[in-house]
Amino acid sequence: MRLWWEVARRSFRRHSTYRAALFAGVFTNTVFGFLKTYVLIAVYDARDGAPINGFDVTDVVTFSWLAQGFWMLAMQSHLELAERIRTGDVVGDLYRPADLQLWWLSSEAGRIAFQILVRSFVPTVVGGLFFHLRLPTSPAVWIAFAVSVALAMVVGFAHRFIVSLTTFWVLSYMGTSQLAMILIGFFSGMFVPITLFPDWLGTIARWTPYPAMLQLPIEVLLGKATSASELAALFAAQVAWAVVLLAAGRWLLAAAQRKVVVQGG
Amino acid sequence: MGELGRKARLYVLLVRARVRADWQYRTPFVLFTVAQFGITFLDFLLIAVIFQRTPHLEGWSLPEVAFLYGTSGVSFFIGDVFISQVERVGMYVKDGRFDSLLVRPMGTLFQLSTEEFAFRRFGKLVQSTIVLVVATASLDVAWTPGRAGMVALMLTTGAVIFSAIWVAGSAITFFAVDSIEVVNSFTYGGNYATQYPIGVFGPWLRRFITLAVPTAFVNYFPALYVLGRSDTLGLPSWSRFASPGVAVVTVLVAMTAWRVGLRHYRSTGS
Amino acid sequence: MAVISLQDVSKTFVVRKRAGRLRRSKVEVRAVDGVSLEVDAGELVGYIGPNGAGKSTTIKMLTGILVPSSGVVRVAGVDPQRKRIELTRRIGVVFGQRSQLWWDLPLRDSFDLLRHVYRVPADRHAANLQSFVEMLDMDEFLQTPVRQLSLGQRMRGELTAALLHDPEILYLDEPTIGLDVVSKARVREFLAAVNAERAVTIVLTTHDLADVERLCTRLVVIDRGQVIEDGTVAEIKNRYAGHRTVVVDLEVPGPPLAVPGAEVVKVDGPRQWLRFSRSETTAAAVVSAVVAQATVIDLSVEDPDIEEVVTRIYTGAGDA
Repeated sequence: MRLWWEVARRSFRRHSTYRAALFAGVFTNTVFGFLKTYVLIAVYDARDGAPINGFDVTDVVTFSWLAQGFWMLAMQSHLELAERIRTGDVVGDLYRPADLQLWWLSSEAGRIAFQILVRSFVPTVVGGLFFHLRLPTSPAVWIAFAVSVALAMVVGFAHRFIVSLTTFWVLSYMGTSQLAMILIGFFSGMFVPITLFPDWLGTIARWTPYPAMLQLPIEVLLGKATSASELAALFAAQVAWAVVLLAAGRWLLAAAQRKVVVQGG
Repeated sequence: MGELGRKARLYVLLVRARVRADWQYRTPFVLFTVAQFGITFLDFLLIAVIFQRTPHLEGWSLPEVAFLYGTSGVSFFIGDVFISQVERVGMYVKDGRFDSLLVRPMGTLFQLSTEEFAFRRFGKLVQSTIVLVVATASLDVAWTPGRAGMVALMLTTGAVIFSAIWVAGSAITFFAVDSIEVVNSFTYGGNYATQYPIGVFGPWLRRFITLAVPTAFVNYFPALYVLGRSDTLGLPSWSRFASPGVAVVTVLVAMTAWRVGLRHYRSTGS
Repeated sequence: MAVISLQDVSKTFVVRKRAGRLRRSKVEVRAVDGVSLEVDAGELVGYIGPNGAGKSTTIKMLTGILVPSSGVVRVAGVDPQRKRIELTRRIGVVFGQRSQLWWDLPLRDSFDLLRHVYRVPADRHAANLQSFVEMLDMDEFLQTPVRQLSLGQRMRGELTAALLHDPEILYLDEPTIGLDVVSKARVREFLAAVNAERAVTIVLTTHDLADVERLCTRLVVIDRGQVIEDGTVAEIKNRYAGHRTVVVDLEVPGPPLAVPGAEVVKVDGPRQWLRFSRSETTAAAVVSAVVAQATVIDLSVEDPDIEEVVTRIYTGAGDA
């Protein structure tokens, strides 16, 4: 247990040194926040403000800014692990006693924790200065949000882990990574809240793990889970995807380890 | 013409060498190009999703917005294929490779654009072209030679404007090596913004993309002429024909920025 | 007529250092401090100094990569600051740790591309290429992609690439680093031949002092941004290496010998090391004195090696 905490803590600290890149990233997030928000407002204007699937214009605007702030939960399709696999450095990692999946989970937890602490609220604050946002006042909602964010992080990681592992078979992960990135972007609610999708597409989206990475936590914060049972169902969906993807990741890892043994690295 | 001809020949040779080198890794390369192609269709799907919820955006119909999307995309991805690689200059400066460029008898911009030429980016360009063709065919426009010519012109000037933004932005990284992502928010942000009629944006943002980083001249203003729309923002009617002039100005700014950045590098090292 | 001329050239960098958690202090570093140097056409100059001495900064100013803070730089009559591209046609540069070749393509392709880059007439290019391929024995790997070449093979390729366009001056930054003994010798032979046959002026920075000893006619030593030594290798050795040592193997181990003008610095069984100053006596005199006192089985005379000389120079010790 102590090991995982140390890994996370070190990862947290390592990422705090990239200052210039941090500023550049936050700047980009904010710019795109403006662009997305204006387009969505125009959509609602054209409908005279009529809500879509229970979301009114304030909902989608708040959603957009929160997505820009918490994008790091979803918008990375592979880990540095993929590069280590490509160069063969991973063979050393596989022989270490520490579990590879847990190691990377801890490392990612540290990294994302740092980024949430430093970056997540900047776009929201900026957005709040220019637009009308609706953020909850009840602490219970914020706590539920924190739980959902933690679950989202796990789901996001598990998916990233699987994509990275494909490098064992495909060697150049650029193609799979790009494909994953677009699927994530599209179905997690990053580009546009999936609430706005036509019903058939929205149903398809909710049968993928992607909404669990971003859309669901934000729905929690917007207060869209109006009863305890709805909230439980939402958490259950996230937990289910986390379990399924983590398990798939472990299965792939075992397959990869067999492959490495057979091929001698 | 001799000097220009020789430069062009050298450009072709160097790009061919790069493509030949990349072709050795052709399986992932082909997969990647196909993935990119499919991927950018999903990108357009976002616009389709929006038009599911409303038949008009700022009074513009789906074919018209698709036209904006297509013209923006084609211009942007031409720039992406031929020029965007200069944004890697920060990497070159960091690992010292930039010095190797300075001891060769060619311009640094020229070398960056040939050395990092990426054939696989053509996938996105093809997709945008398809959207543009389909959109143009679906437009309810009285076509004249002038309008058709304007489409060809705006694609060219648009590519030039985006390319200039890329170069100017990359030049800034001579001063702040890790800031390249800021430039992306202008280039990719500019592409995204020009997929929609600029009326959707707040007045300050509109002014910014017209006067400061003039991406509105890539497609919006010329499109007003092609589509026979009146501008709802009160700009003079000659602004629809101003793209070539704007393109020239942006190129001058970009070349100056690059020269300034280069001078800074040569006086402070890396 | 000097083909390279530096007149009182300085280069100052401003370095930002963290002074506490948030503030930064600016420190001015004079990497090159009033260097004046002239190199004539056809010279083969070794440009050495400890790490951080200002070697690469000087070379960067000569090749047009950096512009000086003050002073005048002229290379082949041209100001590298203003006429960078024109100058690059007349110089060749080899970076020991970076490649200038096209990594994924066969070596041959790099040579062909460079013909167009430097606008070398086809027949001249072909003649040069053939000559270098023979001299460096590259036939067997001309079609191999550069990324698959060994370091020695790649270095031969880099040298060729730098010379195909008949430059007047060749700069080499640590060209023998990481090479095995045979490859190093090959590189040195090649450079000597190029310098002699094609009258290419060569400026070489290196930490391998054997390069200097076997190749350079002239040695320039720079430290802390200033030239502290400039002369032929023999001159510098003489200046810094006033001592020689006679090593004698006696038939029978004995107490340290007493020889006028010489001092026994080490005794190891029957072997004794006698050090003497050139200004006080000669090797012959010392040997005669030893032979008169004891039976000698074997002897040798040692000169200080170049490493010792250069260490002395770097550490600021004079003739000790």
